[in-house]
Amino acid sequence: MELVQNFPFITIVFSLTCGVFCAVLKGKKARGLCLVWLTLTTLMSFSVLLYTLKTGEYYIYRMGKWNAPWGNEIRVGVLEALMATAFSGVMLLSLLGGMHHIFADCEPEKTNLYFTMCSLLMSSLFALIYTNDLFTAYVFVEINTIASCALVMLKSSAKTLVATTRYLIMSLLGSGLFLLGIVILYGITGELLMPSIAEKVRTIFATGEYSLPLTVIIGLFSVGLAVKSALFPFHSWLPDAHGSATASSSAILSGLVLKGYIIVLIKIFYRVFGLEIIVSEQVSWFLFVFGALAMILGSVGALRERDLKRMLAYSSVAQVGYIYLGLGLHSELGVTAACVQILVHAITKPMLFIAAGGFMDVSGGHKSMDAIAGAGRRDPLGGLAFTVGALSMIGIPFFAGFVTKLELTAGALESGTVTTVMALIAIAVSTLLNALYYVPVIFNLFSAREQAEYKGLRVRYRADYAFATVAFVLLNIGFGAFSEYVVGAVRQGLALFGM
Amino acid sequence: MRSDGFLARLVSFVESGSFREEDYTLSPAQKDTLDTDIPENRWLHSVQHAEKPVGARLMSWFSQKGFELFRDLYRIASVFICVTLIGVLLSVVSFLPAFGSAENPAVNEVVERYVSKSIEETGATNAVAGMISAYRGFDTLGEAHVLFVAACSVIVLLRVDPSERKRGKLLDPDRVGGDMDYEPNSDLILRKAAKILVPLAFIFGLYVILNGTSSPGGGFSGGAIMGAGLILNSVAFGFKRTERFFGDEMYHAVKTACLTVYALLMAYFIYMGANGWDDHVWLGIPGGIVSGGLILPINIAVGFEVACTMYCFYALFRKGGL
Repeated sequence: MELVQNFPFITIVFSLTCGVFCAVLKGKKARGLCLVWLTLTTLMSFSVLLYTLKTGEYYIYRMGKWNAPWGNEIRVGVLEALMATAFSGVMLLSLLGGMHHIFADCEPEKTNLYFTMCSLLMSSLFALIYTNDLFTAYVFVEINTIASCALVMLKSSAKTLVATTRYLIMSLLGSGLFLLGIVILYGITGELLMPSIAEKVRTIFATGEYSLPLTVIIGLFSVGLAVKSALFPFHSWLPDAHGSATASSSAILSGLVLKGYIIVLIKIFYRVFGLEIIVSEQVSWFLFVFGALAMILGSVGALRERDLKRMLAYSSVAQVGYIYLGLGLHSELGVTAACVQILVHAITKPMLFIAAGGFMDVSGGHKSMDAIAGAGRRDPLGGLAFTVGALSMIGIPFFAGFVTKLELTAGALESGTVTTVMALIAIAVSTLLNALYYVPVIFNLFSAREQAEYKGLRVRYRADYAFATVAFVLLNIGFGAFSEYVVGAVRQGLALFGM
Repeated sequence: MRSDGFLARLVSFVESGSFREEDYTLSPAQKDTLDTDIPENRWLHSVQHAEKPVGARLMSWFSQKGFELFRDLYRIASVFICVTLIGVLLSVVSFLPAFGSAENPAVNEVVERYVSKSIEETGATNAVAGMISAYRGFDTLGEAHVLFVAACSVIVLLRVDPSERKRGKLLDPDRVGGDMDYEPNSDLILRKAAKILVPLAFIFGLYVILNGTSSPGGGFSGGAIMGAGLILNSVAFGFKRTERFFGDEMYHAVKTACLTVYALLMAYFIYMGANGWDDHVWLGIPGGIVSGGLILPINIAVGFEVACTMYCFYALFRKGGL
């Protein structure tokens, strides 16, 4: 076994240890440790990506002496490595971009715990990406849930406490349903390892023995993970939590945490149950309809919002809708589009939240549309990042968001007539609405009607913020320009998924 | 004007079914005063809208009653959904294979190997310990960190700055009374009982941890017992007595050391195992204290970590710090 094959395991286990060390270090030292470690994990994940692209195969990494049904194992393929690289890099940039907010918003002696939570969150995201075992997924979903609630709570204010309470209750409801699903599935198959369950589920499905439990299990998994990833009817917790947290937390929660659960759902759908069962259980129809509703109603919610960060949070609801719409198309193209959207949103939304944090700096800490008028002039780099992010969200060519819409449309055109029409209408309406709420914000950012007290204010750039915004902009444009490589890698990864 | 006017209008409304325009045409100043007057203002709105088309009247009714209606519907719907979910889950249970039956799908080669080969492969006579610490050690590593992240979250939520605590001021300046005002506690019966029970709890906790490989127990349960001992100690003798040997620094030192040792041992085990190398760990004599190879040190680390976490929860809820 080559050294590079050990990297996924190293990133998972030592991210945990990094979090433990951050809890005893002082704030600044914890920051240093966390940033160095995240840089290392990004590099390691990238080398794993190169390795898997070179070999063109996935490999099973045995977590211990015993092979899988007895011990634990993780599975590393192109898609997993790609997601891990992207998530790790985005986590690093989000932390850098909002670093001064973290130190300003957290209580001084609790700042180190922010980095603890980030490291543990990163570890759990790695584990969710690589896992090949449902129970491992559940353990790390727990870490993910608690750490992400703590990330909201670390900015101490009455608003964040209320938001955290709602988030925690909804998130635990989702975890509970997910656990019930695992328990019932274990009851009828006696396995926890994904390929083993898949085998048994197929025989069970062929005999038609446990048809009701199977339907209920799929329902529990879908609803549980949909609550946690804020699919439309379950999104009510999201605007509060993401709108009130500190800039980095909003970026990480919107960009990464929601996606971790969706990746688990994709794994459950296509590695445990398989396309055939998912289609015959009609679950993709629900995902399709709710995804389409989320795309439109999330955008309508954003349209009505006068608070920049809450607007971005509602936009996340809409963007998660795109992912579910892609999954609901129940075709290979649809899932490809969903995976591409996971990556696109993971690199775009953090950029918008970081830029929004920069605008708050030059607008006296306010985030209402009136206060940030002209903020793009006072903070040109943030303005550039926001503009690029907004154009990407609308789906202008050469930016990352366009790739999603292209893939999603391709997937929609290939599906049945009714779904094609519905999906195309949803995409069109959502794009229009995106433009309707993002374009006025861009104009507002560069308008000359600044509020008198902030007029003439110039930002003094901090190296970390400037680096993060520029890197995000380059990443977005690079993604748009070299999209065929990324989409190709996603396709290759999904092929390794056994689709 | 309002006291008789409204009544008269109400009567005329009841009698004729409609209003004459001049009855309620108000000057702007009067409207302003009415707008601030909530109960009568409401009444006025409904009167004004009485002449409007049905749609508008419905809208005005909805804007007043809509919230209450929504709240009632919401309650009914939530009860309905819960009852449905309970029904569905119960009916699913009736479809599941019978618990404990030999034809159960859960009785398969996985369980068989755990039961028959656990002693030989992990050196632990307690198959559960072999399963959670060796076979599925990675999951348990995650589980130990779930406890860690929960403890950290409680610290984020409840920890009060030590300097403020020393001055006896908690976050709320108007705060009178509270648990800390009754410190030190001087309950004689509790103290005498604790004097006997605390050492026993520690010894029993240690026993459960050390024998985790050969008898039921292990790090999680033994740690919980030790944590209970710590809590009993501080309940009976006050936090000062506990802080003498277990304060903030001790907590962080023990916790960091335990989790780091655990992660390093697990990482070594996984790394060697995954690469197919021999990990040179002596499995010990099955049934003895030194058995199970890495399971014993892992149990010790987990045990102390769990004890710390238990006490941490208690101390933070009670006094906002360790």
